[in-house]
Amino acid sequence: MSREDTLVSTQWAEDNIDNDQVVLIEVDEDTTSYDKGHIRGAIKFDWSVDLQDQVRRDIINKEGFEALLSKNGVSNDHTVVLYGGNNNWFAAYAYWYFKLYGHNDVKLIDGGRKKWELESRELTQDVPERTAATYTAQELDTTKRANRDDVVAAIGAKNLVDVRSPDEYAGRLLAPAHLPQEQAQRAGHPPTAANIPWSKAANDDGTFKSNDELTKIYEEAGVDFSKDTIAYCRIGERSSHTWVVLHELLGYENTRNYDGSWVEYGSLVGVPIVLGDERGEA
Amino acid sequence: MCGAVEGGLSLDGVDVAKEAVVQGQVTRDGEPVGNAYVRLLDKSGEFTAEVPTSATGHFRFFANDGEWTLRTLAAKADVVDTKVTAAVGSVAEVAIAI
Repeated sequence: MSREDTLVSTQWAEDNIDNDQVVLIEVDEDTTSYDKGHIRGAIKFDWSVDLQDQVRRDIINKEGFEALLSKNGVSNDHTVVLYGGNNNWFAAYAYWYFKLYGHNDVKLIDGGRKKWELESRELTQDVPERTAATYTAQELDTTKRANRDDVVAAIGAKNLVDVRSPDEYAGRLLAPAHLPQEQAQRAGHPPTAANIPWSKAANDDGTFKSNDELTKIYEEAGVDFSKDTIAYCRIGERSSHTWVVLHELLGYENTRNYDGSWVEYGSLVGVPIVLGDERGEA
Repeated sequence: MCGAVEGGLSLDGVDVAKEAVVQGQVTRDGEPVGNAYVRLLDKSGEFTAEVPTSATGHFRFFANDGEWTLRTLAAKADVVDTKVTAAVGSVAEVAIAI
């Protein structure tokens, strides 16, 4: 993959609003955001309903993904263009999902909803009507997803990239600072994980930094690109942002996203945890 | 928006005793600015969180004890940085004019 294959500009998105080959999808943390206004023609995925198994704690299965896309009139040959708030966290999560199920013609609007708004581009409350399609997904690509055992095995052996804020990494906060903090699990990070907040990869306007800047950030933080990398955060969305950076923009295909992330790891019994700003020893 | 008051976000359902709340309102020429973006930066300048303002220009963070910077971005406005001190058990109210 490359930067050109992964990102489109806000201008490109505006120029392709009426392109039938393109499906715009908004995915937000604040799922009411779309209802207040969205890019004309865009449909909405609600990450908490559409992109989560409603019984087990897991991503939706192949059949669920096929049903979601078919219902929304997305075909296998569509170019899917994702965008959202929070610097594209949840849009990046959806992007990872499309890649997990083998839809390769998927892109992110660089800067997402924030850049669109800061440029005073038009938003509408009109919801488009799309004719249902028949979508066939590929089998889940497990090379892009890490589980808890992969993380424990990676301690001291592979790159573990904790993309949460420094206070979450050190255990001083349990969640991003715009969310209430009360939660049941332990705070901290697995030994040897490097703290490279997702935000280091983004400019203030939500766009991704240049590939040269990105490479420097991860190398200076001690990521050895000759080894496999697992990115995680609290619930897997911010680490999807970093997965897009490492796997898609920089082309490191040995990068996986641990979507169980801290909410799972920090609740496991008996796994090693480090508190404080230091990485700790394996 | 009708009925909006300064610092007027309801704290119903928030256990203020356990939180270091930083909240406030973004205005332009005295009028609330909705859909501005407020970023919370820690004392080293590192990004910690970001929220869009409500229709009444309000925003809120759950921070921690210490010094923070609020960086405000809005359409057709320069970036504004505002320092704030937060403490668990209190609510820091910040008025930001762009």
